[in-house]
Amino acid sequence: MKIKKQSSLSSKYWLMILVAVCLLLLGIEQYIDGGGPLRFVGNYTVVPMQKGISYVGRYLSDISDNFDTLQDVREEKDALQAEVDELTIENTRLRQEQYELDRLRELYKLDANYSDYEKIGAHVIANNGSNWFSDFIIDKGSNDGVKVDCNVLAGSGLVGIVTEVAPDYARVRSLIDDASNVSGMVLSTSDTCMVRGDLKLIADGRLRFEKLKNNDNVIEVGEQIVTSHVSDRFVQGLFIGYISEIEVDSNNLTRSGYITPAVDFSKIQEVLVITTTKADMTEGKKD
Amino acid sequence: MKRKLTILVIILITFLLQSVIFSHFLFASAGPDLLIIVVASFGFMRGKKEGMFVGFTAGIFADLFWGVALGFNMMLFTFVGYMNGFFHKLFYDEDIKLPLVLIGISEFFYGMATCFFIYVLRGDFEIYDHLIHIILPELVYTILATLVLYQVILHINKKLEAEEQRSASKFV
Repeated sequence: MKIKKQSSLSSKYWLMILVAVCLLLLGIEQYIDGGGPLRFVGNYTVVPMQKGISYVGRYLSDISDNFDTLQDVREEKDALQAEVDELTIENTRLRQEQYELDRLRELYKLDANYSDYEKIGAHVIANNGSNWFSDFIIDKGSNDGVKVDCNVLAGSGLVGIVTEVAPDYARVRSLIDDASNVSGMVLSTSDTCMVRGDLKLIADGRLRFEKLKNNDNVIEVGEQIVTSHVSDRFVQGLFIGYISEIEVDSNNLTRSGYITPAVDFSKIQEVLVITTTKADMTEGKKD
Repeated sequence: MKRKLTILVIILITFLLQSVIFSHFLFASAGPDLLIIVVASFGFMRGKKEGMFVGFTAGIFADLFWGVALGFNMMLFTFVGYMNGFFHKLFYDEDIKLPLVLIGISEFFYGMATCFFIYVLRGDFEIYDHLIHIILPELVYTILATLVLYQVILHINKKLEAEEQRSASKFV
C-alpha cells in the first residue's frame, strides 16, 4: 500500500494563516507601530542599496551634464546674470523694509522670527513604486535630527512633510499626494484656504485650493500662496505656489481653484528639511 | 534553501528597480508594477503555496516603503499569488499568452482593489477617472515590462528546477 506522506499543511490552510496575519497587522496598526522593527531592519539593508543606486544615478547625470555645449552654458550664464541683477535690486529694497520691520517688531515685542529656520539638506533616494501615492524617501533620518512632521522644501517652495522616520531614512509625503491637506494663505490679503493634493492632478503637477472666503478682497491669477499661521503642522510663510485658476463656488460664500506649485514635483533630487517642527515652536513659546 | 534565497534576491532587485529606476521612466505619469509580475509568475509557475509566500514577502517590502499600513499589500499580493496558482496545471514554458493574460488580470485586480479600499472607502468615488489615469496606463506598462521580466524569471526558475531535480536524483 502506498502511503502519501503529508508533510505540511495544505495550501488552503496556509492562505488562511497568512490572511489572518495580515488582518492582525492591519488591526494592530492603530495601536502600535507594527512597521517599527521592520523599518529598523530596512534601514540597514534596503535603504543603503537605494542610496547606492541613486548615488550612481546622480553621478551619471552629472557626467552627462558635463557634455553641455559652451553655447548652452553661455546662454544660461546670461540668464543667471540677469536674474542676479534683478535679485540684487530686490534685495536692496527688501533690506530697507527689513530694517523697518525690525523696528516695528521691536515695538510689538514679536520675538518669534519665522524667517530663518534651521535646515539640513538631503538627497531623494527612492520614489513610491506604486502609482497611487506620491511620496519619496530621503537619505536623512532621526540620526540627523529629522522628526515626524518636519516640513520639507526644495528650491524656494514647500514640497511636503515627513510622515515616517527611521535612523537613516525618512519618508516624505508630497503636497500633490491625494491625502495631503495644507492650510494656506494668500500672501497679499492674508485670507486662508485649504490646499489639497488630488490624484487626478498628480499628472499635471497641480494643486487644488478650496474654502477661500469670497469677501471683498480681489484675488487674481498669479497671487502667491504661502502656508498659513493657523496650521498646526506647517510653519508659517513657506511658499507653496501661484494661483493659476480661481472661481467663485456655487454657494457664493467661498472661492476655489488651482495652484501651480513653486516646485516641479517630477524632478526632485535635493531637498531641505526644516528640523524644527511647528509643535516645537509653539511649545517652546509657552515656556 | 537556495530557491528561497534566489527568490528573495529577485524580489529585492525588482523592488529596487521599481522604486529607484523606473520612477524616472514614467509613461502617462504611471510606472510599471514589477512586483506583481514576480508574484503572479511564481504563482502559475510553481503553484499556489509558493505563489502565496512570494506574494507575502513582496507585500512586506511594498507595505513598508510605499503603503499606508502594514498588511494591506501583503494580503493583496498573497491573494494574487494564490489565485495564479490555480493555473499551474495549464502552464507550460513556451506559451507566453497565458502569462500575459494572467499578469494582466492580476494587475487589474490589484489596481481595482487598491482603488476601492484606499480611495472609495475614503469617500472618493471617481473610479472612472482613476481607471483612465492610473489603472490602465499602469496595466499597459506592466504588460510591456512582462515581456522582458517574465523571460528572466522563467529562465531563473528553469535553472533552479533543473538543479533541484539533479540533487533529488542523487539521493535516490
